[in-house]
Amino acid sequence: MSEPAHHTPFPSAGNISDAEREDLRRHGILISSLEELYGWGRSNSIWPLQFGLACCAIEMIAAATARFDIARFGAEIFRPSPRQADLMIVSGTVTKKMAPQVVRLWNQMPEPKYCIAMGACAISGGPFKQGYNVLKGIDRFIPVDIYIPGCPPRPEALLHGLTQLQDKIRAERISGPQAARHLQPDAASEFPVPDFGAHDLQPPSNPNLFTAPVLPRKA
Amino acid sequence: METPEQIRDRLLARFPAAKVELVTNPGTAAEHSLLLDAAHARDIALFLRDDPALRLDYCSNVTGVDWPEKKTAVSAPKTAVPTLVERVDPNALPGTPAPASALGSTRSTPANDSGNYLEAVYHLYSMALKHGPVIIRLRTGNRTDRVTLPSLTPVWRAADFQEREIFDLYGIVFAGHPDLRRLLMWDEFQDHPMRRDYVAPDDFEWEPTPHGDVHERAKGHYPTTEGLKG
Repeated sequence: MSEPAHHTPFPSAGNISDAEREDLRRHGILISSLEELYGWGRSNSIWPLQFGLACCAIEMIAAATARFDIARFGAEIFRPSPRQADLMIVSGTVTKKMAPQVVRLWNQMPEPKYCIAMGACAISGGPFKQGYNVLKGIDRFIPVDIYIPGCPPRPEALLHGLTQLQDKIRAERISGPQAARHLQPDAASEFPVPDFGAHDLQPPSNPNLFTAPVLPRKA
Repeated sequence: METPEQIRDRLLARFPAAKVELVTNPGTAAEHSLLLDAAHARDIALFLRDDPALRLDYCSNVTGVDWPEKKTAVSAPKTAVPTLVERVDPNALPGTPAPASALGSTRSTPANDSGNYLEAVYHLYSMALKHGPVIIRLRTGNRTDRVTLPSLTPVWRAADFQEREIFDLYGIVFAGHPDLRRLLMWDEFQDHPMRRDYVAPDDFEWEPTPHGDVHERAKGHYPTTEGLKG
Protein backbone atom coordinates (compact mmCIF):
# COMPACT_ATOMS: atom_id res chain seq x y z
CA MET A 1 0.00 0.00 0.00
CA SER A 2 1.63 3.17 -1.15
CA GLU A 3 1.34 6.19 1.08
CA PRO A 4 0.75 9.40 -0.81
CA ALA A 5 3.38 11.97 -0.09
CA HIS A 6 0.81 14.65 0.55
CA HIS A 7 -2.80 14.63 1.52
CA THR A 8 -5.39 13.98 -1.20
CA PRO A 9 -9.06 14.61 -0.51
CA PHE A 10 -10.01 11.02 -1.21
CA PRO A 11 -7.11 8.73 -0.42
CA SER A 12 -6.58 5.94 -2.87
CA ALA A 13 -7.60 2.45 -1.90
CA GLY A 14 -4.78 0.03 -2.58
CA ASN A 15 -2.85 0.63 -5.74
CA ILE A 16 -5.79 1.87 -7.73
CA SER A 17 -5.39 5.44 -8.78
CA ASP A 18 -8.10 7.99 -8.32
CA ALA A 19 -8.71 8.06 -12.07
CA GLU A 20 -9.20 4.31 -12.25
CA ARG A 21 -11.46 4.41 -9.24
CA GLU A 22 -13.53 7.17 -10.80
CA ASP A 23 -13.75 5.06 -13.97
CA LEU A 24 -15.01 2.09 -11.95
CA ARG A 25 -17.51 4.33 -10.13
CA ARG A 26 -19.08 5.26 -13.47
CA HIS A 27 -19.66 1.58 -14.01
CA GLY A 28 -21.42 1.27 -10.67
CA ILE A 29 -18.52 -0.21 -8.72
CA LEU A 30 -17.57 1.60 -5.51
CA ILE A 31 -14.16 0.86 -4.08
CA SER A 32 -13.22 2.18 -0.71
CA SER A 33 -11.03 1.36 2.25
CA LEU A 34 -11.70 0.98 5.93
CA GLU A 35 -9.41 3.93 6.48
CA GLU A 36 -11.40 6.11 4.14
CA LEU A 37 -14.73 5.09 5.62
CA TYR A 38 -13.40 5.58 9.13
CA GLY A 39 -12.15 9.06 8.37
CA TRP A 40 -15.24 9.97 6.40
CA GLY A 41 -17.51 8.95 9.24
CA ARG A 42 -15.51 10.65 11.95
CA SER A 43 -14.96 13.87 10.04
CA ASN A 44 -18.67 14.33 9.48
CA SER A 45 -19.79 13.80 13.05
CA ILE A 46 -17.53 16.04 15.11
CA TRP A 47 -19.22 16.83 18.38
CA PRO A 48 -17.83 20.04 19.90
CA LEU A 49 -17.69 20.65 23.59
CA GLN A 50 -20.27 23.24 24.53
CA PHE A 51 -18.38 25.94 26.33
CA GLY A 52 -17.32 29.48 25.56
CA LEU A 53 -14.82 31.77 27.18
CA ALA A 54 -15.41 35.22 25.70
CA CYS A 55 -16.76 37.08 22.69
CA CYS A 56 -15.52 34.44 20.22
CA ALA A 57 -18.13 32.17 21.77
CA ILE A 58 -20.81 34.53 20.44
CA GLU A 59 -19.49 33.93 16.93
CA MET A 60 -19.42 30.21 17.66
CA ILE A 61 -23.06 30.39 18.73
CA ALA A 62 -23.84 32.33 15.55
CA ALA A 63 -22.16 29.57 13.53
CA ALA A 64 -24.64 27.13 15.05
CA THR A 65 -27.67 29.18 14.06
CA ALA A 66 -29.67 28.68 10.88
CA ARG A 67 -27.94 31.50 9.03
CA PHE A 68 -24.52 29.83 9.06
CA ASP A 69 -25.66 26.36 10.09
CA ILE A 70 -22.69 24.36 11.35
CA ALA A 71 -25.02 21.33 11.01
CA ARG A 72 -24.14 21.28 7.31
CA PHE A 73 -20.80 19.85 8.42
CA GLY A 74 -22.15 17.50 11.02
CA ALA A 75 -20.81 19.43 13.96
CA GLU A 76 -24.01 20.84 15.38
CA ILE A 77 -24.24 18.56 18.41
CA PHE A 78 -22.63 20.67 21.09
CA ARG A 79 -22.16 18.36 24.05
CA PRO A 80 -22.46 19.64 27.59
CA SER A 81 -20.11 16.94 28.87
CA PRO A 82 -16.46 16.50 27.91
CA ARG A 83 -17.00 12.72 28.00
CA GLN A 84 -19.17 12.99 24.90
CA ALA A 85 -17.19 15.55 22.94
CA ASP A 86 -14.65 15.14 20.13
CA LEU A 87 -13.64 18.74 19.63
CA MET A 88 -12.68 21.51 22.00
CA ILE A 89 -13.21 24.95 20.49
CA VAL A 90 -11.26 27.31 22.73
CA SER A 91 -13.32 30.36 21.93
CA GLY A 92 -12.03 33.38 23.74
CA THR A 93 -9.51 34.72 26.20
CA VAL A 94 -8.08 32.07 28.46
CA THR A 95 -7.34 33.66 31.80
CA LYS A 96 -4.72 32.09 33.98
CA LYS A 97 -7.43 31.41 36.50
CA MET A 98 -9.42 29.49 33.88
CA ALA A 99 -6.51 27.65 32.23
CA PRO A 100 -6.37 24.71 34.69
CA GLN A 101 -10.06 24.08 34.17
CA VAL A 102 -9.63 24.12 30.37
CA VAL A 103 -6.76 21.63 30.61
CA ARG A 104 -8.82 19.47 32.94
CA LEU A 105 -11.73 19.46 30.47
CA TRP A 106 -9.31 18.48 27.73
CA ASN A 107 -8.03 15.60 29.84
CA GLN A 108 -11.59 14.44 30.44
CA MET A 109 -12.37 14.24 26.74
CA PRO A 110 -11.94 10.73 25.28
CA GLU A 111 -9.72 10.06 22.28
CA PRO A 112 -9.84 10.81 19.44
CA LYS A 113 -10.06 14.48 20.30
CA TYR A 114 -9.12 17.67 18.54
CA CYS A 115 -8.62 21.27 19.55
CA ILE A 116 -9.38 24.47 17.66
CA ALA A 117 -7.87 27.70 18.99
CA MET A 118 -10.46 30.24 17.88
CA GLY A 119 -9.44 33.86 17.76
CA ALA A 120 -6.41 35.92 18.64
CA CYS A 121 -6.78 35.43 22.39
CA ALA A 122 -6.80 31.65 22.33
CA ILE A 123 -3.84 31.70 19.94
CA SER A 124 -1.58 34.20 21.69
CA GLY A 125 -3.46 36.22 24.27
CA GLY A 126 -4.50 38.64 21.55
CA PRO A 127 -5.16 42.24 22.49
CA PHE A 128 -5.04 41.31 26.17
CA LYS A 129 -1.70 39.53 26.14
CA GLN A 130 -0.07 42.11 28.38
CA GLY A 131 -2.70 41.49 31.02
CA TYR A 132 -1.43 40.01 34.23
CA ASN A 133 -4.08 37.28 34.19
CA VAL A 134 -4.10 36.33 30.49
CA LEU A 135 -2.59 33.10 29.22
CA LYS A 136 -0.55 33.82 26.10
CA GLY A 137 -2.01 31.03 24.01
CA ILE A 138 -3.75 27.82 24.97
CA ASP A 139 -1.09 25.88 23.04
CA ARG A 140 1.14 26.35 26.05
CA PHE A 141 -0.86 23.63 27.78
CA ILE A 142 -2.82 21.56 25.26
CA PRO A 143 -2.03 20.58 21.64
CA VAL A 144 -3.88 22.70 19.10
CA ASP A 145 -4.84 21.25 15.71
CA ILE A 146 -6.33 24.29 13.98
CA TYR A 147 -5.66 27.98 14.60
CA ILE A 148 -8.36 30.38 13.44
CA PRO A 149 -7.13 33.98 13.40
CA GLY A 150 -9.51 36.87 13.89
CA CYS A 151 -10.77 39.10 16.63
CA PRO A 152 -13.25 37.54 16.69
CA PRO A 153 -13.28 35.31 13.61
CA ARG A 154 -16.49 35.43 11.63
CA PRO A 155 -18.68 32.32 11.67
CA GLU A 156 -17.50 31.58 8.13
CA ALA A 157 -13.94 31.48 9.46
CA LEU A 158 -14.97 28.98 12.09
CA LEU A 159 -16.66 26.88 9.42
CA HIS A 160 -13.51 27.09 7.32
CA GLY A 161 -11.46 25.97 10.29
CA LEU A 162 -13.89 23.12 10.79
CA THR A 163 -13.55 21.96 7.20
CA GLN A 164 -9.77 22.19 7.56
CA LEU A 165 -10.06 19.95 10.59
CA GLN A 166 -12.25 17.57 8.59
CA ASP A 167 -9.55 17.37 5.93
CA LYS A 168 -7.01 16.69 8.65
CA ILE A 169 -9.14 13.89 10.09
CA ARG A 170 -9.73 12.32 6.67
CA ALA A 171 -5.99 12.30 6.03
CA GLU A 172 -5.21 10.42 9.22
CA ARG A 173 -3.94 6.86 8.88
CA ILE A 174 -5.23 4.04 11.01
CA SER A 175 -1.99 2.08 11.04
CA GLY A 176 1.66 2.44 10.37
CA PRO A 177 4.14 5.03 11.53
CA GLN A 178 1.90 7.86 10.34
CA ALA A 179 -1.09 6.60 12.29
CA ALA A 180 -3.33 9.11 13.99
CA ARG A 181 -2.23 10.34 17.39
CA HIS A 182 -4.99 8.55 19.25
CA LEU A 183 -3.92 5.23 17.71
CA GLN A 184 -0.33 5.52 18.85
CA PRO A 185 -0.01 3.79 22.21
CA ASP A 186 2.72 6.06 23.52
CA ALA A 187 1.20 9.36 22.46
CA ALA A 188 0.15 11.61 25.29
CA SER A 189 -3.56 11.90 25.86
CA GLU A 190 -3.60 13.68 29.20
CA PHE A 191 -1.60 16.77 29.94
CA PRO A 192 -0.51 18.06 33.33
CA VAL A 193 -2.89 20.57 34.85
CA PRO A 194 -1.00 23.67 36.00
CA ASP A 195 -1.19 24.69 39.63
CA PHE A 196 -2.06 28.11 40.96
CA GLY A 197 1.24 29.57 42.11
CA ALA A 198 2.01 32.59 44.22
CA HIS A 199 2.77 34.78 41.20
CA ASP A 200 1.90 32.76 38.10
CA LEU A 201 0.73 29.37 36.97
CA GLN A 202 3.11 26.56 37.88
CA PRO A 203 4.50 25.65 35.45
CA PRO A 204 3.76 28.68 33.23
CA SER A 205 3.70 26.37 30.20
CA ASN A 206 4.03 22.68 29.45
CA PRO A 207 7.71 22.26 28.50
CA ASN A 208 6.99 19.00 26.66
CA LEU A 209 4.44 20.75 24.49
CA PHE A 210 5.44 24.35 24.11
CA THR A 211 8.78 25.78 23.19
CA ALA A 212 9.04 29.27 21.84
CA PRO A 213 9.83 29.12 18.12
CA VAL A 214 13.16 30.50 17.03
CA LEU A 215 12.53 33.75 15.28
CA PRO A 216 14.16 34.25 11.88
CA ARG A 217 15.87 37.47 12.84
CA LYS A 218 19.31 38.60 11.87
CA ALA A 219 21.82 39.07 14.61
CA MET B 1 -28.48 68.68 47.01
CA GLU B 2 -26.07 70.15 49.50
CA THR B 3 -22.61 71.03 48.32
CA PRO B 4 -19.71 68.92 49.58
CA GLU B 5 -18.70 71.82 51.80
CA GLN B 6 -22.13 71.87 53.43
CA ILE B 7 -22.08 68.12 53.90
CA ARG B 8 -18.63 68.35 55.44
CA ASP B 9 -19.76 71.05 57.85
CA ARG B 10 -22.80 69.07 58.87
CA LEU B 11 -20.69 65.95 59.38
CA LEU B 12 -18.22 67.88 61.53
CA ALA B 13 -21.08 69.25 63.61
CA ARG B 14 -22.63 65.81 63.98
CA PHE B 15 -19.33 63.98 64.63
CA PRO B 16 -17.06 66.45 66.43
CA ALA B 17 -14.29 63.88 66.89
CA ALA B 18 -14.20 62.90 63.25
CA LYS B 19 -11.81 64.23 60.67
CA VAL B 20 -13.54 65.15 57.43
CA GLU B 21 -11.59 66.87 54.71
CA LEU B 22 -12.65 68.16 51.34
CA VAL B 23 -10.56 66.80 48.47
CA THR B 24 -11.03 69.07 45.51
CA ASN B 25 -11.08 67.86 41.95
CA PRO B 26 -9.35 70.37 39.68
CA GLY B 27 -10.93 69.01 36.51
CA THR B 28 -13.89 70.51 34.73
CA ALA B 29 -16.19 67.94 36.32
CA ALA B 30 -15.21 69.38 39.72
CA GLU B 31 -16.46 66.33 41.55
CA HIS B 32 -15.07 67.12 44.97
CA SER B 33 -14.95 64.36 47.49
CA LEU B 34 -14.90 63.95 51.24
CA LEU B 35 -11.93 62.28 52.86
CA LEU B 36 -13.06 60.46 55.99
CA ASP B 37 -10.91 59.08 58.73
CA ALA B 38 -11.14 55.35 59.11
CA ALA B 39 -12.23 55.40 62.74
CA HIS B 40 -15.51 57.20 62.04
CA ALA B 41 -16.12 56.04 58.50
CA ARG B 42 -18.76 53.45 59.39
CA ASP B 43 -20.77 55.90 61.52
CA ILE B 44 -20.52 58.62 58.91
CA ALA B 45 -21.58 56.22 56.20
CA LEU B 46 -24.65 55.23 58.19
CA PHE B 47 -25.41 58.89 58.70
CA LEU B 48 -25.10 59.63 54.98
CA ARG B 49 -27.40 56.73 54.19
CA ASP B 50 -30.08 57.57 56.77
CA ASP B 51 -30.00 61.35 56.95
CA PRO B 52 -33.38 62.58 55.65
CA ALA B 53 -31.81 65.37 53.62
CA LEU B 54 -29.29 63.08 51.92
CA ARG B 55 -30.62 59.51 51.96
CA LEU B 56 -27.68 58.20 49.95
CA ASP B 57 -29.16 54.74 49.65
CA TYR B 58 -27.28 53.61 46.53
CA CYS B 59 -23.57 52.86 46.43
CA SER B 60 -22.96 52.99 42.71
CA ASN B 61 -19.25 52.33 42.54
CA VAL B 62 -16.33 51.47 44.75
CA THR B 63 -12.83 51.64 43.40
CA GLY B 64 -9.29 51.63 44.64
CA VAL B 65 -6.48 54.06 43.91
CA ASP B 66 -2.81 53.46 44.49
CA TRP B 67 -0.73 56.48 45.44
CA PRO B 68 2.88 55.35 45.66
CA GLU B 69 5.38 57.49 47.46
CA LYS B 70 6.61 60.37 45.36
CA LYS B 71 10.34 60.37 44.91
CA THR B 72 10.85 63.85 43.48
CA ALA B 73 9.74 67.27 44.61
CA VAL B 74 6.26 68.10 43.35
CA SER B 75 6.28 71.87 43.15
CA ALA B 76 8.42 73.20 40.33
CA PRO B 77 9.60 76.79 40.45
CA LYS B 78 7.14 79.01 38.68
CA THR B 79 8.23 80.80 35.57
CA ALA B 80 6.67 83.60 33.65
CA VAL B 81 5.50 81.36 30.80
CA PRO B 82 2.92 78.84 32.02
CA THR B 83 3.99 75.29 31.26
CA LEU B 84 1.83 72.25 30.81
CA VAL B 85 2.72 71.13 34.31
CA GLU B 86 1.44 74.37 35.72
CA ARG B 87 -1.75 74.26 33.80
CA VAL B 88 -2.77 71.04 35.48
CA ASP B 89 -1.90 72.59 38.82
CA PRO B 90 -5.21 73.03 40.66
CA ASN B 91 -4.34 76.51 41.82
CA ALA B 92 -3.80 77.67 38.26
CA LEU B 93 -7.23 76.56 37.09
CA PRO B 94 -10.09 79.03 37.17
CA GLY B 95 -13.17 78.06 39.09
CA THR B 96 -11.48 75.89 41.66
CA PRO B 97 -12.20 76.54 45.32
CA ALA B 98 -10.04 78.87 47.30
CA PRO B 99 -6.62 77.68 48.52
CA ALA B 100 -6.34 75.41 51.49
CA SER B 101 -5.64 78.15 53.98
CA ALA B 102 -8.86 79.99 53.21
CA LEU B 103 -11.19 77.04 53.67
CA GLY B 104 -9.67 75.62 56.80
CA SER B 105 -9.85 71.86 56.43
CA THR B 106 -10.00 71.90 52.65
CA ARG B 107 -7.31 69.72 51.14
CA SER B 108 -5.88 69.86 47.72
CA THR B 109 -5.57 66.90 45.39
CA PRO B 110 -3.07 64.15 46.06
CA ALA B 111 -0.80 65.80 43.52
CA ASN B 112 0.48 68.02 46.28
CA ASP B 113 1.22 65.46 48.97
CA SER B 114 3.81 62.76 49.11
CA GLY B 115 1.52 59.78 48.57
CA ASN B 116 2.40 56.38 49.99
CA TYR B 117 -1.12 55.22 50.73
CA LEU B 118 -4.02 53.37 49.13
CA GLU B 119 -7.45 54.83 48.69
CA ALA B 120 -10.92 53.38 48.49
CA VAL B 121 -13.38 55.70 46.74
CA TYR B 122 -17.14 55.30 47.10
CA HIS B 123 -19.64 56.98 44.78
CA LEU B 124 -22.99 57.40 46.50
CA TYR B 125 -26.33 58.35 45.02
CA SER B 126 -29.83 58.69 46.37
CA MET B 127 -32.50 56.73 44.58
CA ALA B 128 -35.17 58.15 46.88
CA LEU B 129 -34.27 61.81 46.41
CA LYS B 130 -32.76 61.49 42.91
CA HIS B 131 -29.48 63.20 43.60
CA GLY B 132 -25.82 62.46 43.71
CA PRO B 133 -23.09 61.64 43.54
CA VAL B 134 -21.50 62.20 46.89
CA ILE B 135 -17.97 60.84 46.79
CA ILE B 136 -16.22 59.68 49.92
CA ARG B 137 -12.65 58.48 50.21
CA LEU B 138 -10.84 56.38 52.77
CA ARG B 139 -7.07 56.26 53.01
CA THR B 140 -4.82 53.63 54.46
CA GLY B 141 -1.87 54.47 56.67
CA ASN B 142 0.66 53.22 54.16
CA ARG B 143 0.97 50.65 51.39
CA THR B 144 2.53 47.76 53.28
CA ASP B 145 1.38 46.94 56.80
CA ARG B 146 -1.26 49.53 57.68
CA VAL B 147 -3.71 48.72 54.91
CA THR B 148 -6.85 48.01 56.91
CA LEU B 149 -9.96 50.10 56.32
CA PRO B 150 -13.45 49.62 57.70
CA SER B 151 -15.73 47.79 55.31
CA LEU B 152 -18.83 49.68 54.25
CA THR B 153 -20.55 46.52 52.99
CA PRO B 154 -22.68 46.40 56.16
CA VAL B 155 -23.95 49.86 55.17
CA TRP B 156 -24.31 49.35 51.40
CA ARG B 157 -24.64 45.74 50.34
CA ALA B 158 -23.60 46.73 46.81
CA ALA B 159 -20.05 47.28 48.02
CA ASP B 160 -19.57 43.54 48.63
CA PHE B 161 -17.94 42.41 45.39
CA GLN B 162 -16.27 45.73 44.73
CA GLU B 163 -14.52 45.72 48.08
CA ARG B 164 -13.45 42.16 47.35
CA GLU B 165 -12.06 43.34 44.03
CA ILE B 166 -10.12 46.14 45.75
CA PHE B 167 -8.82 43.64 48.29
CA ASP B 168 -7.73 41.44 45.42
CA LEU B 169 -6.15 44.02 43.14
CA TYR B 170 -4.92 46.68 45.58
CA GLY B 171 -4.48 44.80 48.82
CA ILE B 172 -6.71 46.91 51.06
CA VAL B 173 -8.07 44.75 53.89
CA PHE B 174 -11.65 45.67 54.70
CA ALA B 175 -12.33 44.98 58.35
CA GLY B 176 -15.88 43.80 58.93
CA HIS B 177 -16.44 42.55 55.39
CA PRO B 178 -18.65 39.45 55.55
CA ASP B 179 -16.75 37.46 52.91
CA LEU B 180 -13.37 38.94 52.17
CA ARG B 181 -11.80 36.67 49.56
CA ARG B 182 -10.03 37.37 46.31
CA LEU B 183 -12.50 37.98 43.51
CA LEU B 184 -10.60 37.85 40.21
CA MET B 185 -7.30 36.15 40.98
CA TRP B 186 -6.93 32.76 42.58
CA ASP B 187 -6.67 32.37 46.33
CA GLU B 188 -3.02 31.30 46.24
CA PHE B 189 -2.02 34.48 44.41
CA GLN B 190 0.06 36.81 46.56
CA ASP B 191 0.45 39.99 44.50
CA HIS B 192 -1.85 42.92 43.94
CA PRO B 193 -1.80 43.54 40.18
CA MET B 194 -3.32 47.02 40.09
CA ARG B 195 -0.62 48.50 42.28
CA ARG B 196 1.74 50.72 40.39
CA ASP B 197 4.82 48.76 41.38
CA TYR B 198 3.42 45.37 40.38
CA VAL B 199 5.63 43.42 37.99
CA ALA B 200 3.78 40.85 35.90
CA PRO B 201 5.36 37.46 35.18
CA ASP B 202 7.69 37.66 32.21
CA ASP B 203 6.26 35.21 29.68
CA PHE B 204 7.01 37.15 26.54
CA GLU B 205 9.30 34.51 25.05
CA TRP B 206 7.24 34.17 21.86
CA GLU B 207 6.69 37.58 20.31
CA PRO B 208 6.64 37.50 16.51
CA THR B 209 5.98 41.22 16.07
CA PRO B 210 7.01 42.96 19.27
CA HIS B 211 6.49 46.68 19.61
CA GLY B 212 6.09 49.18 22.39
CA ASP B 213 6.19 47.73 25.87
CA VAL B 214 6.10 44.18 24.51
CA HIS B 215 9.27 44.96 22.58
CA GLU B 216 11.00 45.94 25.79
CA ARG B 217 9.79 42.82 27.55
CA ALA B 218 10.78 40.55 24.65
CA LYS B 219 14.34 41.90 24.51
CA GLY B 220 15.27 39.86 27.54
CA HIS B 221 14.34 36.68 25.73
CA TYR B 222 16.07 37.55 22.48
CA PRO B 223 19.65 38.58 23.01
CA THR B 224 20.07 39.84 19.47
CA THR B 225 18.20 43.02 20.07
CA GLU B 226 19.57 44.73 16.96
CA GLY B 227 17.67 42.34 14.78
CA LEU B 228 14.35 42.87 16.52
CA LYS B 229 13.48 45.79 14.32
CA GLY B 230 13.87 43.91 11.09
